Formats: sequence, structure tokens, C-alpha cells
Amino acid sequence: MNPLVELTLARLRSFWREPSAVFWTFGFPLVLTVALGVAFRNRPPDPVAAAVETRPGSEALAAALEKNAEVKVRRLDAADAREALRTGKVAVVVQAGESVAAGDLSPAGHPAEPGRPPPPGSLLPSLAITYELDPTRPESRLARALVDDTLQRALGRIDAAKVADAKITEPGSRYIDFLIPGLIGMTLMSSSMWGIGFVIVEMRVKKLMKRLVATPMRRSHFLASFILMRLLFVLLELPVLTFFGWATFGVGVRGSLPAFVSVSLLGAVAFGGLSLLIASRAQNEQTVNGLMNLVMLPMFMCSGVFFSTDKFPALMQPFLHALPLTALNDALRAVMIDGASFGGIARQLAILVGLTLVSFAAALRLFRWR
Amino acid sequence: MKRYDDVTAVDGLDLEVRVGECFGLLGPNGAGKTTTIGILEGLLDPTSGDVRVLGRRWETEERALRERLGVSLQKTELADKMTVEELLRLFRSFYPRGRSGDDVLKTVSLEEKRKAWFEKLSGGQKQRLAVACALVGDPELLFRDEPTTGLDPQSRRQLWDVIGEFKAAGRTVLLTTHYMDEAERLCDRIAIVDHGKVIKLGTPRELIASLGGDEVVEFACESGGALAAAELEALPGVTAARKQGEVWALTVAEVHVAIPSLLAFTAKRALALTRLSTHRATLEDVFVTLTGRQLRE
Repeated sequence: MNPLVELTLARLRSFWREPSAVFWTFGFPLVLTVALGVAFRNRPPDPVAAAVETRPGSEALAAALEKNAEVKVRRLDAADAREALRTGKVAVVVQAGESVAAGDLSPAGHPAEPGRPPPPGSLLPSLAITYELDPTRPESRLARALVDDTLQRALGRIDAAKVADAKITEPGSRYIDFLIPGLIGMTLMSSSMWGIGFVIVEMRVKKLMKRLVATPMRRSHFLASFILMRLLFVLLELPVLTFFGWATFGVGVRGSLPAFVSVSLLGAVAFGGLSLLIASRAQNEQTVNGLMNLVMLPMFMCSGVFFSTDKFPALMQPFLHALPLTALNDALRAVMIDGASFGGIARQLAILVGLTLVSFAAALRLFRWR
Repeated sequence: MKRYDDVTAVDGLDLEVRVGECFGLLGPNGAGKTTTIGILEGLLDPTSGDVRVLGRRWETEERALRERLGVSLQKTELADKMTVEELLRLFRSFYPRGRSGDDVLKTVSLEEKRKAWFEKLSGGQKQRLAVACALVGDPELLFRDEPTTGLDPQSRRQLWDVIGEFKAAGRTVLLTTHYMDEAERLCDRIAIVDHGKVIKLGTPRELIASLGGDEVVEFACESGGALAAAELEALPGVTAARKQGEVWALTVAEVHVAIPSLLAFTAKRALALTRLSTHRATLEDVFVTLTGRQLRE
């Protein structure tokens, strides 16, 4: 009977026999992946929503807009139109102005073209048009451009060049391609953190740790059993998550598989060390809960799980890229999406090795055994 | 000595436990028993003082000591979702030599619970498993902190039997308790502990004999408050008198002499007795005599 084997078996048994622990480790990441994958699946672009304020002369504008399938038109009175704009139900409000005589300047300032007959689509006399929009909202600016384009053409504008759109979808450019490596990284972190730190504090609270320390058990065996358990679990978690991402969303591992497994194992060990450090002094569950959240929440937000770290100001980038979860996520993305091998993720591996060494050294020094 | 911030839990407590005896620390809650046993188990560091266990010191020979000691804490919560035999295998794996899980299960009569999860065991079964985990390394010295607190009478007797067998094999036991019956039944020698100090040390017989008599007569009477201890102690057959609330307790060597003299005394003083009873002197009486307080307050 090897004590390290027995301790590791004890960890595994206690885990398997706790259904909620199994769910949080295996079920929850899958549920999250499905939910986010469905919410952010690639769809044909939504039509832009525009309101046409009902007033004399507005009906012709509305009719012209309805000919464009990319614009969804609503006819609303002034108050309702403003309300719809405020609540985001429409992106822009179109107000027809006074009719102006042919030959005058058109509303956008382009000279009307005298002597040229109106094109066949043109049903309208020259008009003044006002757009109401919130320019800080990107969809409002998009809607204004599209609506204006449609109306101007209907009013007789001739395009100067002939243009055509070519649609391109690069593999790995979808949101789900970005998301799945991030979710794997996040799962590796949270399983290591909760699976080690919380359990250790629970054992301390129940005086089970004290009881174990009263035996000739080697303390290194005790700590090693937690790390061994995590490594074994990564070898289960990783295929489950990866296979699910591949089977459901077609997100595979395009780079080196050994690099993918290695960086995952290293990530689990590094966060295991961080978890030991967090749990090394905590005397009760509340304390360790708070500390865990304090450490993990910023990384959930800022380490590129759900959206890229590039969204943060340039000033913050060096800090964000030093975060261990950023390193893990970047490395996973490089291997899964960009097809990288060990060479491409050396910097991230170095950060994770560094965290492992520092956290284990500090945890061993600080650990409260009794 | 052990000092916590501003509380001194154990203060100048000197004692020596002999090989092959069962030694008890008897005292009320908060007396410093658990702190004392924690220091001896090497789970607490004394603020000052000298501790030797089996001739070894914790600072230099911790591992050798751990292999020779069995410890059961006041309340041991083991892993809820592990079975009895899995837990015993785990504990056995820490010791280079020891007893088989089956063997200790038989000793504590838990064979039929071998496959049960820890969380499904009753309080008494958990305590027995805790003893089994302490015995699995075949220790020379067994520490038991409050072995039967909160248990039903049957579980208590089972645990007493286990300790009795262990001692019969020539091993040493150190236990703490606040039950005088437990101390009287199990212990060869007892240290009565209060406020972190040993206030009396001896065999149960010696401690009771120190009262000056084997029997205690308790009586109460109207206006009994007016009586003085000296008057009662002067009565034939009475060796000591003390007052606990409304009740006087007299330590007597011979009941048949003391009772008639007490009755004659109360008749002469025209005091109406409201209560009169006798019992054999116990360690409780020793404790009350020494401290003026009950063990279980």
C-alpha cells in the first residue's frame, strides 16, 4: 500500500462520489459552451431597423425604403419614433422635410442635376430629410448610411463606380473558434482552483487535516496527491471538452497535439499551485471563497475568455498579458486556431512555469498544517 | 506551558505517564485538557516547557514518534464519502508496520459496516472508526481526547472495552475526560486538572480516600444556612462537611455512626430535615471538595 496512491485514490473517490463536483467540472463547461455557441452562432446579418415619422410626404420615403430588404421599416408618430429610438428598437428615425422645388439643392448639398430626366426608380420630388440617431451607437451609424444610400438612389443619385461584394469566411474567424479555447482555459483554471483550494480548507475546517498530520503521513505526499488528481482529471476533461467543441461546432486542434496537451497539463498544475497558495492560510470556507473570487474574477473578465484582451487600453496590455489565464488562453488559441507548436507558445509556457515555481514555493512556506 | 495571546491555557502542568498504564486527565470543560494532550501529540507547540514522549522529543524525532503513536481527536470528521475499509487502508498506508484493517475492525466491532460511507455511520460508529484509525498503526501509546463525549451508554461501554483490551496488551493510554465514571473505570492514575494546573494526582482509590471517608451523606433542612461546617465536622464519624447550595454534604468513614449522630444533632437543634441521602464517594466529590465547583457546570 503506497501512501501516495492511497491519498490520490481518496481524492478521486471523494470527487466521483460528489455529484455536484462532477457537474461543475464536466457538465457546466459543456452547458456554457452550448449556450454561448448558440447565442453567438453565425447568422445572416439582421436587417437594420428604421422608423419613418408619419407626416405629410413621409409615405413615399417609407415605400422607397421597403424596397430594400436590408431595411426594416416602421411607420411611427413623432413620440413613438423617439421612444423606439431611445429603447433601441429602431436605429435611426427618418423625418421628411418640406418639399423643395426641383432644381434647388438637395438636402445633402449635392446639386440636383438640371436637364437630366429623373431615373425610372425615382418617384419622389426633391426633399429635405432629417435623420435622428445616436452617433455613439455603431448600429445607428450603419443604419443611417444604409437608409441614406437607399433614399438617395431612389431620389435619383447615380453611383460613380460599379461595385460588387465578395463574401469570405476564413476558418477560425468565427466567434465560436475564439470562444472554445477560452472556455477550455477557464475550465482548467476553475477546476484546479476549486478542486484543490476549497477541498483543502474544508479538510482543515473538519480537522481532517489535523488528523492526517497526526499520522506519519509525508506532507509532500499529501500535496502531491492533489496535483496528481488534477493531472488525471485534465486527461479526462480535455478530451471531453475538445471532442465536444469539434463535434458540435467543428472547432478542432489545428496545431501540435502534444503542445496542446502539454500546455493544458501545465496550466492545471500552475493554477493548482496558485490554489494551494490561496488555501495555505485560510481557516474557513468563506475566506477561501472570497480569495478565490478575488483572484479569478479579474481573469474571467480580462484574460480573453469571452472577448479579446485587445479591447482593453494599450496601457493595460502588459499587465493583461502577464496574467496566467491570458497566457494559457493565448497558448491554447495559438495551438488550436493558428496551428502553432511548442515554438509559438514559448512565452506563455514560461509564464505558466514561472507561476508554478513561485506559487508552490510560497505555498509550502506558508501552509498551515494544524 | 501554553499561552494563547492573553489566555494561559496550560500553566505549569507537570506529569509523568508510565508505560503500560492508563492515565486520565480529568477536569471540567475549559480546564486545559485538550491543550495538554495536543502538546503531547505534537499538534500544538508549547509556549515553554519540556515534553518527552516515549523518551523522544518532537523537535528531533517527529516521524519516529508518529509511527509509534495512535491519536484520536475530540471529534474526528473523516472523508464523508469514503467507506470504512477505504479509510482504514488510507491510514494503514502511512505506517511502515501495523495491523490489518480487518483486525482492527473486529476489535472495534465494525465489521458489518466495512462498505458503509463515513457519513452514514452513527455517532458511536464514527468514534469507533476513529479509534480503529488510531489503532491501525499498532501504536505503543494511544491518545484519546474525550473518547465518549455525547455517546449513548452502549457505545460508551464498547469503547471502554476497546481501551481495556489495548491496555491489557501492555500498551499505554492517555485520555482526557470530564466523566468521573469513565475516569474511575478506565484509569490506573488520574490527574485532576483545573485552570491549566494539576490540582490532584493519584489512583482513583487514593483520590477518593483523600476525602477521609468512603461515603457521602447529603442532607438539607430548614434554616440549614445557619449551620457552621465546624459544628458538623465535630460530629462522630464525620470527617468533612461542605455546603453546595442548600445541601450539606458530609464525608463520612462509617455511615452507621454518622447518621445517628447527625439525627441527634438536628433533633437537639430542632431542625426539620427536608432531605437525607447517602452515596459512595466518587471523583466528583473529590473535584467538588478541591474546587467548590461541579465537574459538569
